[in-house]
Amino acid sequence: MTSDSLLRAFSLLLKRDLTLAMRHRAEMINPLLFFVLVTSLFPLGIGADPKLLQAVGPGVIWVAALLAALLSLEGIFRSDFEDGTLEQFLLSSHPVSVLVIAKVLAHWLITGLPLLVISPLLGVLLGLPADAILILLVTLALGTPVLSLIGAVGVALTVGLRKGGMILSLLVLPLYVPLLIFAASAVDTAAAGLPVTAHLSLISALLVLSLSLSPLATAAALRISLS
Amino acid sequence: MTLEAHELTCIRDDRTLFSNLEFRVERGQALVLEGRNGSGKTSLLRILCGIRLPDGGSVTWSGTDINKLGPDYHVHTAYVGHRDGIKLDLTPLENLAMARALGKPNDTTLEAALDKVDLYGFEDVLTRNLSAGQQRRLALARLLVTDTVLWILDEPFTSLDVHGIQVIEELLDQHTSRGGMLAVTSHHAVNLANTQIQRINLSELAA
Repeated sequence: MTSDSLLRAFSLLLKRDLTLAMRHRAEMINPLLFFVLVTSLFPLGIGADPKLLQAVGPGVIWVAALLAALLSLEGIFRSDFEDGTLEQFLLSSHPVSVLVIAKVLAHWLITGLPLLVISPLLGVLLGLPADAILILLVTLALGTPVLSLIGAVGVALTVGLRKGGMILSLLVLPLYVPLLIFAASAVDTAAAGLPVTAHLSLISALLVLSLSLSPLATAAALRISLS
Repeated sequence: MTLEAHELTCIRDDRTLFSNLEFRVERGQALVLEGRNGSGKTSLLRILCGIRLPDGGSVTWSGTDINKLGPDYHVHTAYVGHRDGIKLDLTPLENLAMARALGKPNDTTLEAALDKVDLYGFEDVLTRNLSAGQQRRLALARLLVTDTVLWILDEPFTSLDVHGIQVIEELLDQHTSRGGMLAVTSHHAVNLANTQIQRINLSELAA
């Protein structure tokens, strides 16, 4: 197959997933709503002491982002598995890993990008300083694609199981932990006025690693799940 | 191009569905699988697609194992399974455009393909709003928009009415007369006037 037709398949698949998401707007808004609700409930729960909020803010926002991503993961492959279109991807004449990238990119655009856009507002709500909010944005920009990429492997492995939700969390959450630690501590460090280059390099490394390995692992996992 | 099975074995939940199955399908021929429910027809078709790995033996395409060929085999095949493989929240046109992009496109326009399965006029309706038979015909229309040799069909006539069955049988017959191959399971008698049919009854093999 020529790279031209592969590019066509990639863009059509991306467009298809975005169209489907637009036709299910309620499902699309769910994780975002969860993210906003969790983060905005924290000041009510632990009190509005600015120092305290500043201290827990980065962690709260990142934990909420992580759980919101987890909430939306099943959507990557579940409905395609149920109506049989997933089989068709595996039987296409294109490399499955490239099609996986299109699906993960669509998932990130639908769930990751809205989190990114709304997060500065939540940063302000929790009283984070401007520098910290900027770093929060950078960590989310680098980190949310990692959430989608790693999540795709987990969903691909569990999509054939009837009650895969629990196993999915157990599989994926440990792999999210390094990202959570580095990202939250980057924002903390930035709030303290210290340089965060090392943190950002590590998160970038996680992104490069998951971008190169996860599509291959996801494709292999899908083969196992469907056979 | 030939599709061959060598000593094919399929085991499911410790039950041997079939073993040492041998057949050979050439261009212009159809393989019709018969047998009771649970006799392994769908499993065999999924093995022929390359979705499921055989528990013994191999399937070859022009002499090479299909699981080694991968996409180079899939470019010659189209599969309509038990599940339709179409998105209910897309229109028939959007569904066919995606199906076409996943394979090697042929000259048939999407509208012409819809027309051939009597769905012209429904191209912009959400597939969810079509009847079961119409959805099945849309699934079968996927076969028409890519350039493939081997069609693997699992109960293609499910939920089709008498007229729909005739339309599809005509399409299948045309496909083999142009040098295509078929591998079909069906509870319904498959009437293909111009096609050389090979029948394998999996229940009898097991007995």
